[in-house]
Amino acid sequence: MKLNHLVFDFDKFAQEMQNLKDKKHFDFLVTIVGEDFGEEEGLGCVYILENTENYERVSVKMLAKVVDGESVIPTVVNIWKGADLLERECFDFLGIKFLGHPDMRRLFLRNDFKGYPLRKDFQATNEYTLEDDNEPDFGLEYSLDRDGRLQKKENKLFTSDDYVINIGPQHPSTHGVLRLQTVLNGETVKRVYPHLGYIHRGIEKMWESMTYPQTLALTDRLNYLCAMQQRHALVGVIEEAMEVELTDRIHYIRTIMDELQRLDSHLLFTSCCAQDLGALTAFLYGMRDREHVLNVMEETTGGRLIQNYYRIGGLQDDIDPNFVNNVKELCKYLRPMIKEYMDVFGDNIIAHNRLENVGPMSMADCINYGVTGPAGRASGWKNDVRKNHPYDMYGKVDFEQITLDTCDSMGRYLVHINEMYQSLNIIEQLIDNIPEGDFYVKQKPIIKVPEGQWYFSVEGAAGEFGVYLDSKGDKSPYRMKMRPMGLSLVGALDPMLRGQKIADLVTTGAAIDIVIPDIDR
Amino acid sequence: MEVRKPTIKSLPYDEFKDNESLEKIVDELHEGGVNVVTGNLDSLINWGRSNSLWSLTFATSCCGIEFMACGCSRYDFSRFGFEVTRNSPRQADLIMCAGTITHKMAPALKRLYDEMAEPKYVVAVGGCAISGGPFKQSYHVVKGIEEIVPVDVFIPGCPPRPEAILYGMMQLQRKVKIEKFFGGANHKQTKEEAALGVSNEELTYGRGGKKPIVVTEVPAEFTETLKKEQEEAK
Repeated sequence: MKLNHLVFDFDKFAQEMQNLKDKKHFDFLVTIVGEDFGEEEGLGCVYILENTENYERVSVKMLAKVVDGESVIPTVVNIWKGADLLERECFDFLGIKFLGHPDMRRLFLRNDFKGYPLRKDFQATNEYTLEDDNEPDFGLEYSLDRDGRLQKKENKLFTSDDYVINIGPQHPSTHGVLRLQTVLNGETVKRVYPHLGYIHRGIEKMWESMTYPQTLALTDRLNYLCAMQQRHALVGVIEEAMEVELTDRIHYIRTIMDELQRLDSHLLFTSCCAQDLGALTAFLYGMRDREHVLNVMEETTGGRLIQNYYRIGGLQDDIDPNFVNNVKELCKYLRPMIKEYMDVFGDNIIAHNRLENVGPMSMADCINYGVTGPAGRASGWKNDVRKNHPYDMYGKVDFEQITLDTCDSMGRYLVHINEMYQSLNIIEQLIDNIPEGDFYVKQKPIIKVPEGQWYFSVEGAAGEFGVYLDSKGDKSPYRMKMRPMGLSLVGALDPMLRGQKIADLVTTGAAIDIVIPDIDR
Repeated sequence: MEVRKPTIKSLPYDEFKDNESLEKIVDELHEGGVNVVTGNLDSLINWGRSNSLWSLTFATSCCGIEFMACGCSRYDFSRFGFEVTRNSPRQADLIMCAGTITHKMAPALKRLYDEMAEPKYVVAVGGCAISGGPFKQSYHVVKGIEEIVPVDVFIPGCPPRPEAILYGMMQLQRKVKIEKFFGGANHKQTKEEAALGVSNEELTYGRGGKKPIVVTEVPAEFTETLKKEQEEAK
């Protein structure tokens, strides 16, 4: 989507954003992109919003106002709750202070980190310490007083008799290095503060010094179970900006590969979800079948996890001669197996007791917090990017968008199980009809993208994965930002878990399918 | 503790140290139908240790999934005794560092390593753990975990295939198997040292084996302050 930004006055910004939500029904905040627009314009943010009724999207550009040497923007956290972590991210990377945000702390980087890495004048020191980070126990709230001067207020995170435990960053059930600072009242969760950045690798900053083909290599290593889809979003945004016409063969193969990847990811999800609840048998069954999916992809791409298959203008190579047969055999093999996971785990009374009514979240909250993907669909929100903004062959194949209205962890598990059947349906519709044609549309040796801003998103295995591209016409991007699938899910952990038992934290985390390198980037 | 000299009628004490007579006795026993095995205790202990290497689950990114795949049906590293993964560093023999270590994670890695009980090992899995890998230019990535903890085995790859991880773990087994608990040092002798024809133990500690460390020289400052303190106390 080429972005034509709406621009509002600084003073009217909060009101106009409220109007967009209330009057025009833009109730889903897709992402906030913090950007250093250069010396003339300074720092600013691009807000991408979606209308959940007709799926129209708009973008709003807001430049920060400089007050007392600090860049400030009014917060939108009161309008869209999902803005909480997104604004903290902008503060962390760019130093934009959001007026009225109650908790302006660093989110990804250490508190003693010097500078703001996504500013253009940032100089990396590459020094690190083995000392523990000295974390504040308060969040700062900034505001402007009557004279227009910046004031700050400390908001305590904990009261003096709160019982706080740290879960992570080295914990087997957080699926990586996530740290959840959990405030407890007995066994009941009062509040969850996520601490991110333990696997923050600075990919967005690295992209700014890379040529476009070089940038592709890093996407596979984000959510390594959605390697294909993430690269799809990145090549998609570059191809859209360059107006590359792809052949039908490329569209078919990309769709099939995306769905194979979704099967891979969902199989690992159902396995790990079972393992987190202590069901080792279901885990081993799922992992066994995942190897079959990997075999099929490996024969064409050569990789198990890191596929490196898509490139700007098409694919790295044509599909393997055995690919079609292998895929057909896989589909035949997998259908009864998915039934087996339900027999072993999903229909088990223990699984039902542990998953039902755990981590509840209503549809309105899901939209407000931006909980996309299977987690949102379990609450009845029709948010599938494949349906709402069809790309490649998704507009032409026949598949069902799985939605449930249980709003709990059991529903999230079942959506994953049912989506595997839908993925098999999509693959079976396409596999026999892959048209002849080129697998690669030749591009110039040096790829330059025309000036402008684009946003392109795909349906990843755990939600919407989008890439925002700001190009100045060079051979490397001026700013590229991802909308990670997991960040909004982590932001939603707190409302899901308030009032729940601490043991259900593991269950909820397992059922919303988070992969940490994707969140931290 | 002093070991009493055993008195066995048929076996003079000196022959305990003599391989030939020991072998002769073992052969005689075998002929008589007795099951006897001789060997040294080090190989027995190391045989056990090398076949039950328990790793800490320390997967930060992509390599962790391959590590999981190693543990599952197709690759099944329980064949080699690696299948028990521990979530507490106190119970683990090695850290399988599978993934990128960032500046924020570095203190945690160091702490986990320090919390482990000796003897402990570190396996660096994948490009990121070895050198920073594809993220070498980043402002927030440690350029190889060897800057923080000593590494025993490097397994290259991005991510390494399960076969490579198995191979790397087998290299660690080799390393464990040559360790010596009861004296002696792991040291490959140079040509000059080999020409002397003495054992490693003798090379390190001199003739007669290990000697206690005796402090003979005391710094002058220390004795002076000690004297002063004693006088003041009087």
